[in-house]
Amino acid sequence: MSGRAALAPALVVFAKECRESLRDRRVLLNALVLGPLFTPLLFLVLMHLIVGRELEKAERPLPVVVIGAEYAPNFIDDLRRQGMAVRPPVADPEAAVREQNADLVLRVSPHFAEDWNAGRPAQVELICDSSRQELRGAIDRLESMIENYTRRTGSLRLLARGIAPALLAPVVVATRDQATPEARGAMLLGMLPYFLILTALLGGMWLAIDSTAGERERQSLEPLLINPVPRAQILLGKLLATALFSFSSLVLGLLAFLAVGHLLPSDEPGLALSIGPGFIVKALPVFVPLVVLIAAAQIWVASFARSFREAQTYLGLAQLVPLVPSILLMAVPMRPQLWMSAIPIFGQQVAILHLLRGEAVNPAGIAIGVVVTLAATLLVFWLTLRLYASERVAIAG
Amino acid sequence: MIEVQDLAKSFGAVRAVAGVSFTARDGQITGLLGPNGAGKTTTLRMLYTLMQPDAGRIRVDGIDAALDPMAVRRSLGVLPDARGLYKRLTARENIEYFARLQGLDPGRARARCTALIGMLDMAALAERRTEGFSQGERVKTAIARALVHDPRNVVLDEPANGLDVMSTRGLRDVLRGLRAEGRCVLMSTHIMQEVAVLCDRIVIIAHGRVVADGTPEELRERSGQVNLEEAFMKIIGASALEGLA
Repeated sequence: MSGRAALAPALVVFAKECRESLRDRRVLLNALVLGPLFTPLLFLVLMHLIVGRELEKAERPLPVVVIGAEYAPNFIDDLRRQGMAVRPPVADPEAAVREQNADLVLRVSPHFAEDWNAGRPAQVELICDSSRQELRGAIDRLESMIENYTRRTGSLRLLARGIAPALLAPVVVATRDQATPEARGAMLLGMLPYFLILTALLGGMWLAIDSTAGERERQSLEPLLINPVPRAQILLGKLLATALFSFSSLVLGLLAFLAVGHLLPSDEPGLALSIGPGFIVKALPVFVPLVVLIAAAQIWVASFARSFREAQTYLGLAQLVPLVPSILLMAVPMRPQLWMSAIPIFGQQVAILHLLRGEAVNPAGIAIGVVVTLAATLLVFWLTLRLYASERVAIAG
Repeated sequence: MIEVQDLAKSFGAVRAVAGVSFTARDGQITGLLGPNGAGKTTTLRMLYTLMQPDAGRIRVDGIDAALDPMAVRRSLGVLPDARGLYKRLTARENIEYFARLQGLDPGRARARCTALIGMLDMAALAERRTEGFSQGERVKTAIARALVHDPRNVVLDEPANGLDVMSTRGLRDVLRGLRAEGRCVLMSTHIMQEVAVLCDRIVIIAHGRVVADGTPEELRERSGQVNLEEAFMKIIGASALEGLA
């Protein structure tokens, strides 16, 4: 070591900031363990909840209190085959439903067999409370089971009389409901770019604060600035250290995704996440400039604060900024266009979203994103430098 | 050698420093004495190029601070008013960090660090993290940090602040040692005893101006007082002495 030439001051600052941060257990835990694990675990739980619940709803037996089942044994049998679970009758079904002791009650008229045999519409009553939101799905399901049975039997009757059942259906509606579990999952997927950016934000936050507002709070900024080192070098060292922590946090987060990836319900169409080693490699040119910009912005914002706590407040609010494009993308789904790449953070979110879906991303867009983001970084860095040139910041207190 | 000429600095309407001139020579300890708020810290901050003077000139070993602030910083060792340390680094790492920022290569940084740890009697502290250091231990580390690049000129802002009797005596020995090595030592203080015991030359500042400048003997002669404290009183008048200890 001893013969080596002196390092550039920025690297000396960088090495010291990294060393100091690595010695703090809180930082290690937040930046390198909890932060990276948070997003994958949150997604794991949310995806399973959403997808699992929808699947469960569609396949689980539907409990229905049936009164007068003995009047229509074939009908009830058919419904049972379609997924209805027969519950024993109750004395006062209307009251039971009103008091929420029963969710759904099906009452078969005693004249059911008589009407049926005579070819008259046989009556069943569905007693339910449609104001209960959580029952909407169940009511629809039971109604469609009955409808299903009615249609099938009706068709058979027409066929027995030599009439084509299609005559009764002049118009056929085929509903393609977009609110499928897949679509909901895709909405969640739309939030993933923000959560990945959040991971990067959390990874560098502590260091950004400690090396700026922290220096002022503990009265070490003045001695530091007295050294014969240009302030740009000092700030560059701090920026590099913050960006490294931010980046490590993000990469660890992606690796954690890789690890839990097979636990995600990715066989559902629309949910297929292509987070693999390939994604990480392809996302690097998107993420690296973004991480540097985030680090520069965090250092800039934290430099306005005189204390650690004050800086935490500022940065906490600043964390919400990248949420705006995410919400925008969720509310107004947009096709990726080249101009989007020219807006830092927004462009990256669009690109990451498409990479996550395994879609090709326009290399020109990525190149524009890199250039624009680096330009924004330089601007923010220059603003920070101007801040440090003022005597007000240099002098503690 | 440090030369200051007609230095002035205002903060808004407040004239913190209004024409301060003095010279601190090599091989001497020069004391900047004045009550709190007299402009001592602002003068020193301009001297070590952290602040821009509104007017006046500063030269350190002949180098103009306005023209080559980096060279001035290299030839100055500074113990500023703010003397915070990095608490998750050991005392040695704190000192070495500044050595590297002063441009020393790792080998020399280490050697200088070891020499200072010996000189300041810090061997027991050196490998401990500075979290939980006493005030005296912190000042020692900060002084080592200021001297790590072997500067010809040493500037200390209220070095004895917060120190107990033992640490203060240790500090005096260190400053006398620096003087014996032929360095130029400039310290500010509001404690009269400090200058009386240590300084070869005394510059008294009040309300941003120099009101007296000379050796302790000269000041005594000029005032016709045998006791230094009485001499100060006579020279600058009781009003300017408010805040002096």
